[in-house]
Amino acid sequence: MSIAPTLPVPAVTRGLVRSRRDPAYVRWPLIVIGFLFLGLFLVVPLLSVFQYALRSGLGAYLAAIRDHEAIAAIRLTLLTAAIAVPLNLLFGVAAAWAISRFEFWGKGVLTTLIDVPFSVSPVISGMLFILLFGTQGWFGPWLQEHNLRIVFAVPGIILATIFVTFPIVARELIPVMQSLGSEEEQVALTLGASGWQTFCKVTLPNIKWGLLYGVIICNARAMGEFGAVSVVSGHIRGMTNTMPLYVEILYNDYQYVPAFAVASLLTLLALATLVAKSVIEWREERHQAAGNLTGPMRGQR
Amino acid sequence: MSIEVRDITKRFGDFTALANVNLNVPTGELVALLGPSGSGKTTLLRIISGLEPPDSGSVFFEGQEMTRRAAQERGVGFVFQHYALFRHMTVFENIAFGLTVKPRAERLSKDHIRGRVQELLRLVQLSGLANHLPSQLSGGQRQRVALARALAVEPKVLLLDEPFGALDAKVRQELRRWLRRLHDELQVTSIFVTHDQEEALEVADRVVVMNEGRIEQEGSPEVVYHHPANAFVYQFLGNLNLFHARLENGQTYIGEPAGNFAPGENANPSLVYVRPHLMNVERETQNGNHIAAHIVRINSAGPLVHLELATANGETIQADISHERFEELALKTGEEVFVSPRDMRIFDEPTPESS
Repeated sequence: MSIAPTLPVPAVTRGLVRSRRDPAYVRWPLIVIGFLFLGLFLVVPLLSVFQYALRSGLGAYLAAIRDHEAIAAIRLTLLTAAIAVPLNLLFGVAAAWAISRFEFWGKGVLTTLIDVPFSVSPVISGMLFILLFGTQGWFGPWLQEHNLRIVFAVPGIILATIFVTFPIVARELIPVMQSLGSEEEQVALTLGASGWQTFCKVTLPNIKWGLLYGVIICNARAMGEFGAVSVVSGHIRGMTNTMPLYVEILYNDYQYVPAFAVASLLTLLALATLVAKSVIEWREERHQAAGNLTGPMRGQR
Repeated sequence: MSIEVRDITKRFGDFTALANVNLNVPTGELVALLGPSGSGKTTLLRIISGLEPPDSGSVFFEGQEMTRRAAQERGVGFVFQHYALFRHMTVFENIAFGLTVKPRAERLSKDHIRGRVQELLRLVQLSGLANHLPSQLSGGQRQRVALARALAVEPKVLLLDEPFGALDAKVRQELRRWLRRLHDELQVTSIFVTHDQEEALEVADRVVVMNEGRIEQEGSPEVVYHHPANAFVYQFLGNLNLFHARLENGQTYIGEPAGNFAPGENANPSLVYVRPHLMNVERETQNGNHIAAHIVRINSAGPLVHLELATANGETIQADISHERFEELALKTGEEVFVSPRDMRIFDEPTPESS
């Protein structure tokens, strides 16, 4: 900077631009490697899913999806997500609220424990439920006496899915709520708003994008979960097969076209999730940019 | 509505934020809680508002016990240093918030709310900005919205936590004068927290000086400024010079004027405080009752000329003299002068630090 005044202005500008750029022989290979890798490992496999699914024509594709076992699997997947996601939402908001708003004994432990499902292999998560609710498990005899089935039945699948997904919304919300701080909520209280009004009118609008983001990721994970669900499902066709399990069974039976047809549905879900995620991130960024435009609206306390 | 705080104690872990604090604020007064950070002033404000529960002690509004009441039921308006405006709401919605969350039976009609908000917008001089978002406003505008929002519910008590702390100096001065006028108009009992002694002395009817969880002194700005109760208050309310002094035979000796002093039997070490504007500056020693010092720095940008002086043994002395006197003496950096205090304070206990 100290040389700047002695140089003519255009030269300085050009110099700055050049110094910020790496030479072409560094830039281009990196970009090419990036795109090659992306193409080879993401685009080609994605395309091949659809290519394989439609190999025997649209009729075979639709027939594979309309198969009653396929429909049962889709239905179970939707049911699982419909139960797991709202529960996750509830837990996530409660946990994020507790962690970001209160000081209490054991807060550090709770924060760490929330991550357990992420750090444990899904297969082990599934086995936990066998240990608890299986015939040889802790609650096994009691469940048998009362003629209740959890493992190798729909409740087990839902429980395993809830377990595997439960950190997602909380993890998404905790940093958002910590950076927001609680002053707006405190103001709302002094203005006479009830706790519920404060949550609905002040907290929720501020966290809605983070919340939606968490829900979408949670939904994708709930529908796509394989490991934990595979252990507790028992693979009863038409009964306890979710879409990912059904795809595997078809594949193992050498029914490639139906397998890829169902897989293509999961792939579409993944693509829709990606689009939704990008839209939310874009909106969130704009939201933040607006907040930061002038002065300390965000994060300062 | 009068506020009474009785025997309030509050600890955060090992830290005692407030220790047996008692305070009375009569109806309609504007009181400043003044103190350095960590003195407990914000904690006291939050306890009065109901946002923080005390460990022990009670809060009364108009003689009615409020200690166990939730913030919602106390009818206080609270204004935060960083405004805490609802960032997703417009200025209008922010101000209307307190009116729209009232139970249906007590709630005003939409038209009445609109009227009330417009009235408040005029009061805080933001009529044109009703549909702006907080992010589109300047700091001063945001703080006025926060104030209007607090006033919308017609609070019986207005509590302001460092209301001008985040603003730049010019806006700050304007806004505090405006707050004073607003208070005179509305006559709502108000307490504001500040660490700026100038702000407290200028705006408040009464100043409460706090330090380390205790009230050091309370009184009118004149009393607190001219008759500080102790060394802490004196040193917190303005610049000062600190001299080690000896009391001997009823005479106070300060500094090291050559040959003027010999330690005797009943020498009594003490601290003497002198404000810079109470220092006399002379070119020549007259009766030996001066401290010799040379000029280190001269700053004449301001209503007074500020001199920074150093004595032979390295002590710094500050002296503020008028521009007329400065020109009369024609002082230059490095020259030797003789200073003496016109007035001074002697406190028994030593101050923990001098500024």
